[in-house]
Formats: sequence, C-alpha cells, structure tokens
Amino acid sequence: MKPWRRPGIWLILALTIAVSVWPLLAGNKPYAREVAFTMLKAMALASSLNLLLGYTGYVSFGHIVFFGLGGYVGFYLISVHRLPLYVAVLAGALSAALLAFLLGKAILRLRGAYFALATIGVNEAVRSFIKNFEPFGGPTGMTLNFRIYDSYGGANQALWITYASIAVLTVIILLVSFWVKTSRFGLGLMAIRENEDAAEVMGVVAPSAKTWAYVLSAAFPGMIGVLFFFKNGNIEPGDAFVLHQSIESIVMVMLGGQGTVLGPLFGAAAYQRLRGFLLVSPLFKNIQLTVAGVLLLVIVLFVPAGVIGWLRHRFPRLRRVLE
Amino acid sequence: MFDFVVASLADGVLLGFVYGIAAMGLSLIWGVMDVINLAHGSIMALGMFGVYLTFNGLGMNPYLALVLVAGAGLLLGLIIYVVAVHRVIDAPHLSTLLATFSVDMILLGIGTAIFTTSPRNVDFTMGSISAGPITLPWTRIAAALGAVLVAALLYLFLYRTRAGKAIRAVANNRAAAELMGIPSARVLALSFGLGTMLAAIAGGLISTFFPFTILAGGAYQLRSFVIGVLGGMGNPLGALVGGLILGALEGIIPAFMETSWVPVVEFILFVIILLVRPAGLLRSKT
Repeated sequence: MKPWRRPGIWLILALTIAVSVWPLLAGNKPYAREVAFTMLKAMALASSLNLLLGYTGYVSFGHIVFFGLGGYVGFYLISVHRLPLYVAVLAGALSAALLAFLLGKAILRLRGAYFALATIGVNEAVRSFIKNFEPFGGPTGMTLNFRIYDSYGGANQALWITYASIAVLTVIILLVSFWVKTSRFGLGLMAIRENEDAAEVMGVVAPSAKTWAYVLSAAFPGMIGVLFFFKNGNIEPGDAFVLHQSIESIVMVMLGGQGTVLGPLFGAAAYQRLRGFLLVSPLFKNIQLTVAGVLLLVIVLFVPAGVIGWLRHRFPRLRRVLE
Repeated sequence: MFDFVVASLADGVLLGFVYGIAAMGLSLIWGVMDVINLAHGSIMALGMFGVYLTFNGLGMNPYLALVLVAGAGLLLGLIIYVVAVHRVIDAPHLSTLLATFSVDMILLGIGTAIFTTSPRNVDFTMGSISAGPITLPWTRIAAALGAVLVAALLYLFLYRTRAGKAIRAVANNRAAAELMGIPSARVLALSFGLGTMLAAIAGGLISTFFPFTILAGGAYQLRSFVIGVLGGMGNPLGALVGGLILGALEGIIPAFMETSWVPVVEFILFVIILLVRPAGLLRSKT
C-alpha cells in the first residue's frame, strides 16, 4: 500500500500541523509561539530518539550530546562567521551525523546497559571538552550579537523564521520516522531489536544498519540544537548537554509508546502539558519532580508499551490508524 | 612541582578510597542483578544530609552518625527494590534503568522540597597532620580508613557468611541458585540494600570534608560509573582498586593541565575502556 493511502500518516501530519498553527490563532502570539516551540522541540527530539530507541532497541541515554554539539557548531558559524541560518542548520546536522557515524562504528558494538553507559560517558566527555574549548567560548559559552538578527528583518521576524523552521523540521522528522517504520531498512532495524543474532543470520547487516539508524537519529537533534540556540541568542555548556533532557526524551518515548510513529508525538505533548501544569500548580510546584518520577515509575512498571502501544494491543482495529 | 604532585596525589588517593566505596555499591548491584542503579547519586546525597542532620540537629559525632545512615541506606534500598525494581527485574535493561531513574527523580524532588538546593556543610574538623610536603586533614584519613573498614566487612560478608554465599550464587546463576532452594527475591533485595547502604556511607564520608547540595550526588554517580567500568562492573573489590586509580588520576592530572580538564580525561578514558575491555581492567568476577 502506498504510504499516503494509509490513514495513520494523515493523523500524524494533522496533529503536528495543528500544534504548529496554533500560535497564529492564539491571542498572545509571542507567548503561544514559545509554548509551541518547546512542544515541537520535544516532539522532534523524542521522534528522532525513537528511530534508535524504539525501532532498533538501543538505549541512548546521552542523546542530547547531538543536540548540544550541533547547536554549538551552528551557533559558532552564525555568530563568528556570519553564515546564514540554513547553512548553520545543515552544518549542525552534518557535525552531529559525523559524530554519530564515528561513535557508531565503535560503541554500537556494545549491547544493552554497556551501550547506555557509553552514551552517558560520551555526553559528559564532549560537555567537559567544550567547557575547555576556547573557540567555542569555554565555560561561559557564546552570545549572539543582536545585529545579526537584522539580516533576518529584525529580532521578531527572526524568531518567527526559527519557529517556522522547527515546524517544518518536525514534519520532516515524522515523515522520515514513518518511512523508516514501513521500509525494508526499518524492518531490518526491528529485527535487530527483537534478536540481533537471529537478524544477522537472516541477512540483516546489523553493524551498518545500526550505524545508519544512529546517524539518522543524531542528525535531527543537531538541527534542532541550532534552531533552539539561535532563538535563545546564547549557548553555554551547561544548557547544551543536560543529561536530564536526554532522559526526559526517553520518558516521552516510553510514555507514548516506543517503536510507533505516533507514540513519541503523543508522549512529548502529554509530558510537556503535564510539566507545564505541575510547574504552575501551587500544590505540586515544589515536588513536580517527584510527581513526574511517580508517573514514570507507574508507566515503566505497569504500561511498558506506552499509551499508543497499549491502545494498539487492546484494540487491534485501531492499528490501522495509530501507526 | 614535585611537592605539589606528591601532596595532590596523597589527597587524591585518600579520596579514591571513598569513591571506591560508592562504586562498590553500584558494582555489587550490577553484578548480582544486572541493574544499573541511576538513583545511586541521590542516595549518596541523602547520606550526606543524614550526617548533616544528625550532626547539626543532635550534635552526634559524624562517624557515629554514619552507622545510623548506613542502616537507613540499607532500609531505603530494600524499599526501593520491592517497590520499583522487583517487577521489572527480568525486563529489558531500559525498564530497570528508567525504574531506578524515576526513583532518583522522586528522591531528588522530595529532597529539593525539604532542603532546597542551597549548599550545606558539616562543620567538623579534627585538625590535620603534616609530613614533608603533605598536609592531610584527619577527616580525610578517617574517611579513607572508614572506607577500607567497610570494604573489608563487605568482603567478609560476601565470602564468609551464608547470606554472602547466597548473594554470590545468585550473581553467578540465578536460576540454578533458585533450584538449590535459595530465595532469590530476598537475596536480590538484600544485595540492592547493601548497594544503597554503601552509597549512603560514601555520601556520609564525603560530607565530612566537602560542602554539598541535594544535587551533589550526580557528579559522584558519574564517577562511580567510571570507576565501576575501570574495575570491571560486577566486581565490588575491583571497584575499590578503580576508585584508587581514579583518585590518583584526579590527584596527578592537575599537575600537568588545568583542573577543568580532569573530567575530559576521565570520561574519554571511560569510553575507551568500555570499548576495549568492557569487562574492566580487572576481569569481572563475582
């Protein structure tokens, strides 16, 4: 069946576009734009992590390293070399992809928890390296000269351009995620997830398939990083390589359902909404971390397939729609 | 220069014993049940606050307080195992990683609400001792001795008692151990408790000479990973050696480059060892 004949893809596109267009209709546009930006960023990060975590079954705990590294490279090109945003975004994607390719050759040999530990180690190594790397501003990071926004028609215009870019990027990521899931390549990845040795016997070239999955799932965070830090106007090692954000992405994927296209989307939206609610509610404000922890524990212990996974399992008819 | 290296090396090695204890806890849990305890750091932080509260509130000697902290750490570990880990013990690694991470979030959330994130310290000194270029505070020496004592006790427990033998049997082959009539659920709970107890003790020892916040555990947890891998995950005694190596590195590196490069070297070393010898520099065995 042709991909566009499947109802699942339209549902996914409709949801993403609804979130993207919402700030245009809202009353307080800049505020709504920031909320929607955070939401799209979460969706995009979770969906790109899902390419590795959900389809291939490799738990990357330090995935935020690609977001941070891509962000740093892109930011450096914009602020020091005055290159346009789209070049920086491509450079961010390339640098993250290159790191993933080199790492993939090495650490993807490790299985299970050892791989997870290694990704944490990589994130910490890169973060502490950049803290010492003077061209990138060392521990204080870099700040964008405000005049750079002029070439985008002013700061306000630049923020809307960034917003439109992340919306488009999110749609692209979801299409890629959908394509991977339905392609022969994705089938190989899922075979690796179920049983790597058996997959190899069946003719899946596991090392190269895993590496490409890793590269693909790293390139997108690299691009998101550039957009995010361009919007913020400054970048610091402490903001770029937050291990906690990595794990939040894993939580979103788990919450929605790993290995589905819709799951990370739904999980990211639900997690962000919940977090927003907890942060402002007077009752939970101080213990929002604890509430989130309890929620995660309940999911891990009782609904390991995530919401979408559970629905697909419980109501087989929905499988056609909930990809 | 030479004096500086010697002094800083002695400092680092003494600290290494304490790191070793923390990593032993992590390594014990990994060795027995293949679980990486991501709540390790927050339990260390709770150990620090345990000593802080008993010292500041009750005026208790910190080393006496450590006994209480150890007991509380053991109890907390048993509870965590029963509530969060037991149900997913046979599930893929992602489940146990996330389960222990959610415990970490819960503990940190409660800790931050109670203690805020402002820095604290245990204002306890015992003077210091000088020998040539080396000046060491007694608290550091006492912490190292305490760490050695705890390691020795753990060794005796694992190799000279029936319960210890059961732990080693379950680590070696859980199914076979169960067939021999060993109640594996209880053994796993006990191992987890021992692991968190070691974390709490290490935290308590650190609190006697470094200031800390409720979030301080994260950095020590990362160090425990590095040490665990150095010594071979699942090899508690290797962890002590790994701790000494890391402590020595932290002592030596500042003599040659900026202190801020220490974590760069540590984590690159960590990734390299994982790649070259995932079983650790000292072969993993339990």
